[in-house]
Amino acid sequence: MEANPRSTGRLPAAFLTPGSSSFMDFLSAHSPDLLPGNRKLPEGIVEAPHGTTIVAATFPGGVVLAGDRRATMGNMIAQRDIEKVFPADEYSAVGIAGTAGLAVEMVKLFQLELEHFEKVEGATLSLEGKANRLSTMIRGNLGMAMQGLAVVPLFAGWDEGREKGRIFSYDVTGGRSEEHGFAATGSGSIFARGSMKKLYRDDLTEQQATTLVVQALYDAADDDSATGGPDLARRIFPIVTVITDEGFRRLTEAESSELARSITERRLEQPDGPRAALL
Amino acid sequence: MSTPFYVSPQQAMADRAEYARKGIARGRSLVVLQYADGIVFVGENPSRALHKFSEIYDRIGFAAAGKYNEYENLRIGGVRYADLRGYTYDRDDVTARGLANVYAQTLGTIFSSAGEKPYEVELVVAEVGTEPEGDQIYRLPHDGSIVDEHGSVAVGGNAEQISSFLDQRHRDGMSLAEALKLAVQALSRDTNGSERDIPAERLEVAVLDRTRPQQRKFKRIVGRQLSRLLEADDAAVTKTDEPSDEAPEE
Repeated sequence: MEANPRSTGRLPAAFLTPGSSSFMDFLSAHSPDLLPGNRKLPEGIVEAPHGTTIVAATFPGGVVLAGDRRATMGNMIAQRDIEKVFPADEYSAVGIAGTAGLAVEMVKLFQLELEHFEKVEGATLSLEGKANRLSTMIRGNLGMAMQGLAVVPLFAGWDEGREKGRIFSYDVTGGRSEEHGFAATGSGSIFARGSMKKLYRDDLTEQQATTLVVQALYDAADDDSATGGPDLARRIFPIVTVITDEGFRRLTEAESSELARSITERRLEQPDGPRAALL
Repeated sequence: MSTPFYVSPQQAMADRAEYARKGIARGRSLVVLQYADGIVFVGENPSRALHKFSEIYDRIGFAAAGKYNEYENLRIGGVRYADLRGYTYDRDDVTARGLANVYAQTLGTIFSSAGEKPYEVELVVAEVGTEPEGDQIYRLPHDGSIVDEHGSVAVGGNAEQISSFLDQRHRDGMSLAEALKLAVQALSRDTNGSERDIPAERLEVAVLDRTRPQQRKFKRIVGRQLSRLLEADDAAVTKTDEPSDEAPEE
């Protein structure tokens, strides 16, 4: 006697089942094929464009997250102006190194997961809660990571409870660790981290923090071929975002070009960048 | 063995409709109005946590009168529908019309299926356009029909009286404060025609504001902002009165 609920155009049962506030839980119940981790994988290694370096640093009053604009495929530059840093919600942002296509899809799902929770519950997730959700998503991608399609994000946000900016880094298995001060991920991260290690102080202003991360990206691009430096000719500059108690803000093109230009100008005199004290 | 009574289909449907209507009428009314910069939702709600209005998607808001558990279920269903659609296609492809259709189908199927109790809810789905002409308001009664509304709409217990009150007074291009004041006036009229006072703490107000820079246009108006708007309106009214009073004296 029970009519097929789909044939009437009525919302299927999965839509009206109370309980979960997670969009991913809903997807896995209703249309599991849409979840990135549930796809059947072909054998072998797949080659696809890779995004490279993401850096983050905290300052009293917030956190900055920035990324270069290059995507590479082998020794080719696949895209010069790719965007790898996204707002996750009003008080957090995520920057992703690794397979660009998957990364963008993962960010889209992550943003939706946070928004969905907010709408259903009428309250936002805690920063730790957001970081844990991202962890789950990366763990779901492990199968693809084994085939060379790894996605490794850096998550930064303003913790309203503790009133400070925080950074979380991840590994391919979804392992999450909080970073204090600064962090970097992607192919140029070694150089970026080295640069920030020498330049970082814990009393930076917002403006100094944005300068710090662009310096670090410059240093990464200097030594890593997969990281793109500021492209003055094509007017392509790093994406720099700032998250404070007022929320997420992305530096406008004018601001980031100004920042990149002033750094490039100083580097004409000192190609290796600012010097740290020896002792 | 007892012989089952014969009940004509007309009678069965009329009984179900009566049942649903009575359930809805027990709840307090709420109104949805267009104003210059968007759509405002106003209702009397003593609870701070159990909302009658909520966000479905970027430009789409939801309002419901009736039984809480039933409309809450539909609300979450709507959020899931909208998010899934936006995820599979694009954010622009989620429309109030599509959502209203799905709600109508759901309510209609439940209403006419003899095995289920009809839902005691009446919904409003509204979408704010980039221009006032693009605003859409749909009212969804308990039986699965859709009414495309313009300007203002009221649902809940006292809806008919409030609607006719609003129809006479609502005009296009009202400011938010004006629309809010009109809505509160309409809500504070009792069935017997007398007026009562609804304090700001008992009001639930939300807007779909097309001027909001964010992608998500839904915003709750609470606390100081709400009382400022309610007061600002009084000030604005006296201000517009003042010059006409004083002008002849100058």
